[in-house]
Amino acid sequence: MAEFKLLLKIIMTSVLVNNYVLSKFLGICPFLGVSKKLDQASGMGVAVIFVMLLATAATWPIQTYLLDPNGMGYLQTIVFILVIAALVQFVEIVLKKYLPSLHKSLGVYLPLITTNCAVLGVTINNITDGYNFLQSMVSSLGCGLGFLLAMVIFAGVRERMEESDPPKAFRGIPITLVAASIVSMAFYGFGGIVTSLFGE
Amino acid sequence: MSPILLAIISVTAIGLICSAILAVASHFMKVPVNELEVKVRECLPGANCGACGFTGCDGYAKALAEVEGTKTNLCVPGADAVAQKIADVMGVEFEDVIEQVAFVHCSGDCINRKTIHDYRGIESCRAAQMLYGGSRACTMGCIGLGDCQKACPQGAICIENGIAHVDPRKCIGCGLCAKTCPNHLIELFPDTRRVVVVCSSHEKGALVRAQCSAGCLGCGLCARTCEHGAISVVNNLAVIDYEKCVSCGKCKDKCPTHAIQFADLSGRHRFND
Repeated sequence: MAEFKLLLKIIMTSVLVNNYVLSKFLGICPFLGVSKKLDQASGMGVAVIFVMLLATAATWPIQTYLLDPNGMGYLQTIVFILVIAALVQFVEIVLKKYLPSLHKSLGVYLPLITTNCAVLGVTINNITDGYNFLQSMVSSLGCGLGFLLAMVIFAGVRERMEESDPPKAFRGIPITLVAASIVSMAFYGFGGIVTSLFGE
Repeated sequence: MSPILLAIISVTAIGLICSAILAVASHFMKVPVNELEVKVRECLPGANCGACGFTGCDGYAKALAEVEGTKTNLCVPGADAVAQKIADVMGVEFEDVIEQVAFVHCSGDCINRKTIHDYRGIESCRAAQMLYGGSRACTMGCIGLGDCQKACPQGAICIENGIAHVDPRKCIGCGLCAKTCPNHLIELFPDTRRVVVVCSSHEKGALVRAQCSAGCLGCGLCARTCEHGAISVVNNLAVIDYEKCVSCGKCKDKCPTHAIQFADLSGRHRFND
């Protein structure tokens, strides 16, 4: 039960409190780039969840069984980048061959995420937080869901913004950044939710 | 072994393993690309407008290459030149493209049509349509806030006197405006047609007369005048059957509100000839 409670806590934390986009400011590039339309944003979000889970499943064993025992923890970043990039390329080849429809719907997003900082951030944070394998996977799922949530919310905001008529100097990227900061501030409201729900 | 050497060796080894896996995977799981599809795709203009009925130029190229019997003359923006190229690549007989031009079925500009509301919302026909159907008395006509203008990739549409006009010289016939218009006023016409009905109101004659001085009253004078039986009045609106129409223009002379007109639909393809 305690374990289950911990997993629930991890998932709540990563979706709402430590949201990767809105609290840690990782993965801003796709957040601003593909949040113009709701369907694109959700497609990107799903692809990110998928890659985050895969990347964690691959990097956690590498860190635990290869790097740490040999005292090469400092190689973490470079090895993770290498492995994640290769993994995503491999997955793309496999999907193209065996699941063309899924490949088509993930489309250009899959290679785009290859070197996304949110994906790298999740894998590295899982290690620094000292999670075991199951906890790491749950944490990645939570972070992915958090990313999807942020994308969907922001796509909604942007679709409304398209209809509005801001002053000329604010049009385009400036008003988008202002909106992003307001959405991010809204997420600060979740700050105390985990400690209130689960205790320290 | 020194730590530096160990680090170099292990990273190189991981890199080599990854690249070996990728190389093997790409060899064994290669998806053959249809060469014909690539060649056909190069012929298409790349507007991705969807006028052909497929999801875009890629979709059309795929259908041409793989589905037997897909027509080679579906690309309206590319017209005869592209159809010729596709026919050459595919090695089939050239088929003439029916060039099309968008036309707005409304002539209720700010002089003809009464304005009864003061709309100060979002500058979008779609938004205005949801709010009492726009500012005009006739809610079936052009709202004039320019959704079609924004949708047009060629800048062929302009809003003049509160109504949309299509410049047939610039129109490529993709039909994006027709899909955008919330009142469905825009229709694609083959650019050889001349007689058009410039009203879309299905209201009864008396109401139309009260709302707009250029609306079709549904009086049926045109239907009685037409010697070829090409016109019928459906739901209080004149409808022309272009199978029978010979473009004589007698109906246009009889129409009391000038809701049938001669339109210059000679598009850019004919203009360039």
